[in-house]
Amino acid sequence: MGDFGCDVSFILNGEPVSCRVEPRDFLLDTLREKLDRTGTKKGCDHGQCGACTVLVNGRRVLSCLSLALMHEGDEITTIEGLESGDELHPMQAAFLACDAYQCGACTPGQIMSAVALCDEPVGPDDECVREAMSGNLCRCGAYAHILQAVRQVRANRK
Amino acid sequence: MRSFAFSRAIDFASLPERAALSGKSNYVAGGTTLLDLVKLNVMQPGEVIDISRLPLSEMSERADGGLRIGALVRNSTLAWDRRVRVRYPVLAEALLSGASPQIRNMATTGGNILQRTRCPYFRDNISPCNKREPRSGCAALDGYNRSHAVLGGSDACVATHPSDLCGALAALEADVIVRTQSGERRIAFDDFHLLPGSTPHRENVLEPGELIVAVELPPPHAGARSWYLKTRDRESYEFALASAAVILRVENGVIKFVRIALGGVGTKPWRCRAAEALLEGTIPSPEIFKSAARAIFATARPLAHNAFKIPLAERVLVHVLTLLLKDQPAVRHL
Repeated sequence: MGDFGCDVSFILNGEPVSCRVEPRDFLLDTLREKLDRTGTKKGCDHGQCGACTVLVNGRRVLSCLSLALMHEGDEITTIEGLESGDELHPMQAAFLACDAYQCGACTPGQIMSAVALCDEPVGPDDECVREAMSGNLCRCGAYAHILQAVRQVRANRK
Repeated sequence: MRSFAFSRAIDFASLPERAALSGKSNYVAGGTTLLDLVKLNVMQPGEVIDISRLPLSEMSERADGGLRIGALVRNSTLAWDRRVRVRYPVLAEALLSGASPQIRNMATTGGNILQRTRCPYFRDNISPCNKREPRSGCAALDGYNRSHAVLGGSDACVATHPSDLCGALAALEADVIVRTQSGERRIAFDDFHLLPGSTPHRENVLEPGELIVAVELPPPHAGARSWYLKTRDRESYEFALASAAVILRVENGVIKFVRIALGGVGTKPWRCRAAEALLEGTIPSPEIFKSAARAIFATARPLAHNAFKIPLAERVLVHVLTLLLKDQPAVRHL
């Protein structure tokens, strides 16, 4: 594959998409700049803050440390793909209800992480949830309310 | 960011040959080390070969009761595997002590073994660093070296090996299975990583193009307990200051079997054979635990800011031995 890029195709929020990328293009930048899905945020760009968290084939990963070309054929879900019709995803609704954010910059990553957490073997205690959310930093310090939102959604799923 | 060529590995058989021929190529699987370091311009591959679609994501039972772990098994998959949690608690706990859930979903077994040091002078791409640029010097020796190694360092490099998983694999006496240009070879875990010596840019025994395809664990030692404990500057999502992986079997009040490896203190995952020999056959006591721990650091070379790691690691090890003497701790639920 040469300097002029190559095509990559994947399923983005349920829709097949294709775009031309360079080998050095990351999934994060491709989503934001080539596919106009700017909901996924760029924080540290080095895998330290979690703002860029998306789901790939149902698992939460960091889109800033993943090349777009590595995702041929994958199913990718971003914050834009959570709601169905006019209905918010229960985790989005819980973040609103619990006031689980201030500036909002980390919120899409927090929500994607929290959505994935609900399908992982995470223990029932708050301590387990805190540890399982430790890959998502919040400079505003909304942690207590984020924990509350995750707790609420998990309780409703039981 | 510097560009590179990209290809997807589809032909498993010819892969090592092709990778070796290209000279400046790197495999990518999870990407959490390589792509971070490419962004920092610390690593400058001419070609990145995506191996993530190769059929190396399986785990299988070995005939002898051990476990074969494919090189592409993700850290979280491995930590959540019931066989691992029940038979190798030290391994599950080490995995869950490392990184963040997102990174554990990406990071692979093979990649974890190959992860690069977190030495800030290696990562800053400006300071002298013999690991990044051979014969340029070492900024850590006279710099801020609080996070650096007290064991295994040289005048060329004192960078710490950062892996949690590797401590457990060293204690478990795992083998690394490598695909070469002519077949496969098996490397005992303790022989895989190299001490820095005068060539800190050579971190392991892999030859150009060689590919880790699996890690094999021997069967769990019958009747033994095992655990991993990690101390760090914050509770989560941080590298070890000192950690200990321990496997222990006590029978009729006597230590019959013990394996110890330390993390956060050495330039490679630090297997402690002398301490093991000192402990085996003795009646466990706080005194014997302490003297075994002290023996590990008899040859330690503390730097200006990291001498605290010696008593810290000694206490971590004594604590794990003491815990295991009482009970098998439960692997965390994450």
